[in-house]
Parts: sequence; C-alpha cells; structure tokens
Amino acid sequence: MTDRPLKVLIAKPGLDGHDRGAKVLARGLRDEGFEVVYTGLRQTPEMVATAALQEDVDVVGLSILSGAHMTLVPRITKLLQEQGMSDVLVTVGGIIPDVDVPVLREAGVAAVFGPGTTIASVAEFLRANARPRG
Amino acid sequence: MGEAATPRATEATEATAAIATTGAATPRATELAEAAIAGDRLALARLLTAVEDRSALAEAAMRQLYPMAGRAHLVGITGPPGSGKSTLVAALIGEVRSVGRSVAVVAVDPSSPITGGALLGDRVRMQAYAGDRDVFIRSMASRGHAGGLAATTTAAAAVLDAAGFDLVLIETVGTGQSEVEVAAAADTTVVLEAPEMGDEVQAIKAGLLEVADLVVVNKGDRPGAARTAAQLRAMLVPSVGRVATERPQPKRPEVMITTASTGEGVPELLVALDRHRAAGRDEAGTGVRRSRASAQIESIVADKLGARLRAGELASLHGRLVGEVADHRLDPYTAADRLLEAATSDAP
Repeated sequence: MTDRPLKVLIAKPGLDGHDRGAKVLARGLRDEGFEVVYTGLRQTPEMVATAALQEDVDVVGLSILSGAHMTLVPRITKLLQEQGMSDVLVTVGGIIPDVDVPVLREAGVAAVFGPGTTIASVAEFLRANARPRG
Repeated sequence: MGEAATPRATEATEATAAIATTGAATPRATELAEAAIAGDRLALARLLTAVEDRSALAEAAMRQLYPMAGRAHLVGITGPPGSGKSTLVAALIGEVRSVGRSVAVVAVDPSSPITGGALLGDRVRMQAYAGDRDVFIRSMASRGHAGGLAATTTAAAAVLDAAGFDLVLIETVGTGQSEVEVAAAADTTVVLEAPEMGDEVQAIKAGLLEVADLVVVNKGDRPGAARTAAQLRAMLVPSVGRVATERPQPKRPEVMITTASTGEGVPELLVALDRHRAAGRDEAGTGVRRSRASAQIESIVADKLGARLRAGELASLHGRLVGEVADHRLDPYTAADRLLEAATSDAP
C-alpha cells in the first residue's frame, strides 16, 4: 500500500539488434525490486513515449548502441514533455561518446551509463533521483 | 516490498487518512476522473497508478468513475505460460480496431516473492499501436496476489471501462490448473491451450477449463492442434446421463483453433466473444456481475479491516495475540475473534 516499487521502462529505440545489455539491466533491476516494463527491440520514439505514458512509469531507460542517440533521444524527451511527462527521469545506456553527453543532458537526460556501469549503481541512481509524483 | 522501492510519502499519508476517515472526494481525484472520462490518457494512466497503489486518490476517484463503468465487454484471457496469450491479445487488438471499436488491455505478470520486483514483458508483442489513441495497454505486476491477477486488476478494468473503451482485455499471468480468479473479473473467459499439452485426463480435471466460456487451442499451425481441439471438444461435453438438478451446472465452452502469430482464426474468435456477450445479458451474466461485485466488496473489507488491525490502539493487541498464537498459548481462531470484536466495537 505504501512501499510502491518504482516503475521503469526499458526500451531500445532505433534499429540496432543488440538487446543483451537492455535485458541484463531489465533483469537486474527486477532483482533490485523495480517493476520493469520491457518493450523489446526496434522502438520508434512514438512507441517509447506511448508506452511511458500508458504505463505511467517513473523512469525511462533507453538503450542505444547504433550511434543514433543524438537523433532519437531528443525526440523522445520532446515527446515526453509534450504529453505532460517532464517529471519522468530519462536515462541512456550504451555506447555514447563523451562529447555527446552534455548535449543529451541539455535535452533532458538525467544520466548516461556507459559500459562497465554496475546494476547496483544504476539502481541507486534511480532511487535517489526518481521524483515522487502526485 | 522492502527497501528496494522508494515509498511515496504523500500517497502513503493519503492512504492512512482514507482508512481513518472514509475519504472525501478530493479536488485532485475529481479533476483526474473528469479528465480521464473526457479522454485524457495521461490522467487515465495516473489514475491506474493510484488504483494499483490503493491510494486514497483512487478511492475518491472511483466514486465518480464507477457509475460510468459497466458498458465495456470485459474479456479474460488466461492459459499456461508460453501458450500465446500476449500474441493473441495483440492479434485481437488488430481485429477489434479493424471493426472500429476501441480496446484497452490490462496485462498482469508476476511479482518476485523475494524482491517485490517484476519484469513486465507483455508489451513486447503489442507494439504496433503507438499512434492509435483507441488502444491503451497497461502492464500490472501481481504484487504478491495469487490467483493469476493482481488484487487491483478488477478495479483497473473498471477505470478503463469508465474511460469509455468498448472492450477491456484482461490478460492473466501464465496460469496452471487452478487460477480461476479471472472468471470473476471478466464477463467472458477465454482459456488458451497449446497443442499437445496433455491427454484427455487433463481435460476432465477440475479447475481452469471449467471456468472457460471459450477454449482456444492456439498455435494452430503446430502439429497436433486439431487433435488437441478434438480431444477437448470430446471431453468438455456435459457428463453422460445428467438429469435436471439444482446443483450448479458446468459450462459448455466452445472450442476453437487460432494461430495468433498469423491472425488465423482471430476474426472468428471476436465473433464468438460477441456472441457470448450477447447471450450473457441474461441471468448467467447477472450472476457473473453479482459475484464480481461481491468479490470486490469483500476484498476491500478485508483490506480495510487488515489495515485497522495493524494500526492505532489495536496494533498492541494484535502484537500480543500474535505472540500468544506463535507460542501455542492461544489458538488462532480465538485470537481472530478477539481482534474482530475489538475492531468492530471501536468502529466509528
């Protein structure tokens, strides 16, 4: 009734087929006590935003290894804002060059998790930063 | 659910308040309920969260929403893990949309009994409808509730019903033989079987198949589908030599074959669902609605009573009785009677 688990969407926008990382994270966050909605491969920004809205998630975690993050991520954050979900925490994982990180942050991304990030540290970040909503 | 989750302080306070007072309609609840009825999908999503969290907001909103519900066709889809429930739901969404009706889905997946976490993966098969506002898909974790649904699934379906969806599909967790709760939550219950899942004896066991209004053998393109369907048809006919009796009668489900991945048999399934619904406007349908109402009220009474027993002055009595029963100095029936007496005598 009170200890509501945080709800996280793990999505893979774009066309790369490398979903191992997303699946490992989805499973790991499940074991950390999160309710994880996993949507699978090849999501359009619209699909991600629709799923985030219908599921009313606290966190949107995007996994991108295709190099298309500079196109996909800002579109997703823009769609989330347009549908009134600017209070949702957005994080990105995958292969993201350092120079792109400030731009993504500017677009509304709270954190970028690169290779080597532990699941525990992701879980800790989400617990500390997901904002309570009313 | 443990320390993994971040509690939401405000909602927790509201929930406590609701137990104390019976929860007056709050402006926020009214606003969300009105917006959801008017078609605001974010408001709808947030209401569903409140329902899942059993917050006071949800209670207050339900006062407005419940009278608006009762128009949707609630269809339960259940069956063993991997029998194709999500794929069939996805195919049904397409079929329902092609005839211009709106559809909502509540898809339940199990919560971990150890961490409270859950992996909700039913959306993977239901991707194609992102731009369509007449499709609304919501995943729910079972949060410790057994029976194939979450404790709040019926309430969530009522909210979607009130929001105006023509059809609400309730997909259970992968079930075994006896998770029959969905039959009370739905007007029409579809039980999925995969080919070659068992012999005739499986089909005459009591349980899941008995609550089916429709039995669907999915994966119809696999070898053995027709034989499985034939076995089920043969075994699900009423037992031989029955005479008229006052005892509850078993259902006589229609057995169909679908291949959800290709859409084969899905239009026929929708026709069968509509036919069952049309037939259910009579006494049998009233019975289902009454037992659903009864189950809902009883579960809320149990929740509220449980919360009262663990709060306030009763908490110390509760704790003392728990100790006595654990040490075998008192039997659990007497302890329960004492708690009930105390709880109901100090009721406001």
